[in-house]
Amino acid sequence: MQLRRDLVEAIVAHARRDHPDEACGVIAGPEGSDRAERFIPMVNAARSPTFYEFDSTDLLKLYRELDANGEVPVVIYHSHTATEAYPSRTDINLAAEPDAHYVLVSTRDPHEHELRSYRIVDGEVTPEPVDIVDSYDPLLPED
Amino acid sequence: MAVTVSIPTILRSHTGGEKSVAASGNTLAEIIDDLEANHGGLKARLVKEGSLHRFVNVYVNDEDVRFSGGLDAKIADGDTVTILPAVAGG
Repeated sequence: MQLRRDLVEAIVAHARRDHPDEACGVIAGPEGSDRAERFIPMVNAARSPTFYEFDSTDLLKLYRELDANGEVPVVIYHSHTATEAYPSRTDINLAAEPDAHYVLVSTRDPHEHELRSYRIVDGEVTPEPVDIVDSYDPLLPED
Repeated sequence: MAVTVSIPTILRSHTGGEKSVAASGNTLAEIIDDLEANHGGLKARLVKEGSLHRFVNVYVNDEDVRFSGGLDAKIADGDTVTILPAVAGG
């Protein structure tokens, strides 16, 4: 997956800011593009170092806004603050967006973060490389 | 009461890919039974042991039904029911 450098920096900054609680959010992009463009940090309603959950009112507002814009959550990110950037059993059980890239960032080391991306579909985790780029190639015009 | 139910991506395999479907009922429980009759398999994804799944959010218009009676939430003609899986993890 390609991910713009400024978006990676925004994820890491959010995760550092909320540490030791888990931080979470999405990066939206046009439906069908598989391109993460619009950074949307969310409140972790659980305010917990071991769990995250979008507030249910915020969740409805988010999906209405995405629908209205023709966007989808291309990336769903959250932090692990004491463990590695690998999906936990809970992450796998609750993953409900089969088209999303699940990006995890670990802030357990105060100086070096670890950022990884996965597909999580039907309980199966597939790691994928993250290609950090300064900008995306222009989208090809549709036929 | 006839309503429109918005279906999340992960459950669209039960609706032939449709993003929203029609259903009828006077309570959320009746709506879900009606959904099940036309789109088999949906109910088990929404209800567990007589209650809504902890990590499935259902809204009637703008209200999370957890605050308005859960499966007993009243449904009026023309309401919009939205199903959204929680975005959550550990």
